[in-house]
Amino acid sequence: MKLTSAIVGALAALGLAAGAATAEECGTITLGAAISLTGKYATNGIHAKNGYEFAIQKIREHGGVKIGDKCYNFKVIYYDDESKGDRGATLAERLIQQDGVQYMLGPYSSGLTKAIAPVTEKYHIPMVEAEGASRSLFNQGYRYLFAVLSTSEQYLASAITLAAEKAKEQGKDPSSVKVAVAVENDPFSLDIRAGVLEDAAKYGMQIVIDEKLPRDLSDMSAILTKVKLVKPDVLIVSGHSKGAATAVRQIGEQNVKVPMIAITHCEAADVTGNFGEYANDILCSTQWAETLKYEDPIFGTAANYEREFKAAFPEYADKKVPYQTAQASAAVYVFKDAFERAGTLDKEKVRDAIAATDLMTFYGRIKFSEAGNNIAKPMVLRQIQNGEYNVVAPSEFASHKLNWPRN
Amino acid sequence: MDQILFNLGLLVDYPVVNLKIIIDGVMIGALFALAAYGLALVWGVMNVKNLAQGDFVIAGGYVSWALVRTGWLQSIGLSDNIAALIGVPVAFLVMAGIGWIAFRTIIVRVIERDVFTSLLATFGLAIMMAQILNLLFGSDTQSLKLEYDTLYFADGLIDVPIAKLVGVCMAAALALGVILFMKNSRMGQAIRATAQDARAAQVLGIDTDRVYAFTFSLNAAICGAAGAIIVMVWVIQPFYGMTYSIRAFVIVTAAGLGNLPGVIAAGLGIGAAEQYGSHIFGISYQQAIAVLLLLLVLFVRLMQQRRKRQVLQ
Repeated sequence: MKLTSAIVGALAALGLAAGAATAEECGTITLGAAISLTGKYATNGIHAKNGYEFAIQKIREHGGVKIGDKCYNFKVIYYDDESKGDRGATLAERLIQQDGVQYMLGPYSSGLTKAIAPVTEKYHIPMVEAEGASRSLFNQGYRYLFAVLSTSEQYLASAITLAAEKAKEQGKDPSSVKVAVAVENDPFSLDIRAGVLEDAAKYGMQIVIDEKLPRDLSDMSAILTKVKLVKPDVLIVSGHSKGAATAVRQIGEQNVKVPMIAITHCEAADVTGNFGEYANDILCSTQWAETLKYEDPIFGTAANYEREFKAAFPEYADKKVPYQTAQASAAVYVFKDAFERAGTLDKEKVRDAIAATDLMTFYGRIKFSEAGNNIAKPMVLRQIQNGEYNVVAPSEFASHKLNWPRN
Repeated sequence: MDQILFNLGLLVDYPVVNLKIIIDGVMIGALFALAAYGLALVWGVMNVKNLAQGDFVIAGGYVSWALVRTGWLQSIGLSDNIAALIGVPVAFLVMAGIGWIAFRTIIVRVIERDVFTSLLATFGLAIMMAQILNLLFGSDTQSLKLEYDTLYFADGLIDVPIAKLVGVCMAAALALGVILFMKNSRMGQAIRATAQDARAAQVLGIDTDRVYAFTFSLNAAICGAAGAIIVMVWVIQPFYGMTYSIRAFVIVTAAGLGNLPGVIAAGLGIGAAEQYGSHIFGISYQQAIAVLLLLLVLFVRLMQQRRKRQVLQ
């Protein structure tokens, strides 16, 4: 409750500062979102909701959505899906049937998106989602589903490329690289594994450890002992925030030395805050970082987005703005752009306009494939260097050099 | 299959790894044993099978975590390490209070009822506790890192973080304290008397209601302390309770009620068995091994009982 009122307060303050005059004359476009405000995805659900709200506010400040000579502002009807798929699907029905919503923003997580997509598809409601990365979302032939983020098999595949580059620098053949993979047994992490194995196979690398982490992982010393014995060149771990926390903690405690360690969910597990120097030189994948050199006319640069978002949501003041928030804002921006290009509120025309999106944003370039996933934005790898997250790959956007080998 | 053979081969090629696996197993087993002992107590005394056992553990972990994160203790000049260690007795006390409330509001109504009522009620309690923790602390994984070093042996293949060692020592001290309490104090005697025969105990002037309330609080307190140790050695998350509940059930079923050395041995054993299992078959089978052991134990017990009945006839 407190949080909500804080958000409302912050937004009200922003609204006053930006001049309420434009808000009066503009119409309203209602978007719907079932999002996890309680349950296990609540933390990230709220990050996403804040991202939506911030984007709506910024778009209003910039004169709203211009369709013909009329202007519109976005409004979102939110329901709490309690982090449960069946609830999400029911709420999507309710948004469309009872509230008459014509356009949807996505929920948090691939699982929830998977639950909602059949409903939006049935009613031909365009949905731009920002938090479902599983590639299984994009091989169902969905016509009305669009995702601004990179799909999950790309999350750590770039680490393999990086390892191959390093091997070449050392005068070795990339096929001599040994890879150890430990990922959770859920669709998202298995996608990551698939991406890694695919790229490793391309270079002819050898997979020496290939383990699935249990859902309630709290101890992976068995795997790390094996890592110490078989000495791989790359260690890949993905198991949401518990995987990141357990891995970093035990890699430190057991003094595991692998030249390159790449994991996901570093920020969610706050590995730098919790485990300090244990986290050093670990590679973390991210959809977005505020140091990237992306820019657009609404949000400015990535760094500017970070700054203004923190001003609007003071509870983020002493932490990094999570990428979940940035991509949520980008999804709203895609809607604005599509409405303006379509020049109408007709949902089929808007759907076609979304499909034709080719937009540079503070979050990266957005261009959808036939299947609806964003194919223009690369995944980013950051390395934790003395407690700081520094972008090291892809090299054209990198701000820092890779520390290799890790020790 | 190749993977399994390869893993077995590693055990043979590097015999010292066996020692490492056993050490790791015993360390986590000690904490399983604590939660299981509390369960055995409640089960034995009031015949309530508490499915919220693991959630008490996790709640205790959050009490300690919150204590360290608020920084009250640090503001009077204590280090993070000391604050985390103080978190253990604090979690013990806070969880005793929460256990007492849970008893007065819920458990007291199901003591005399059949098994399913108590299972349902405690399952409900478990879900509720997990959700409350989630609302209070969020769904992210949390842990406390103590500023202790790690001891290394055998070329670094065996590692014993001092934090883990401290945790195991505290667990042992707690177990010892509870054993002495049960043996020597008046309340301990009353608890044991009630466990043997509640009716007879009542006739002899024992306020069984008070004994029940005390036993349940004590159980919650033991779990809470275990959780406070877990948060400084492993990680906690609001929905992790069930894994500790399952292990506690496996251990109590294997050891039998009222068999404290058995509970401790089974706890340590299951810890080691899980570590071996996850080394050989892969870590995803860690919990499957616990459940498989439960099946095995139930099967053996059933055979034993069948034999006994035949003798009686």
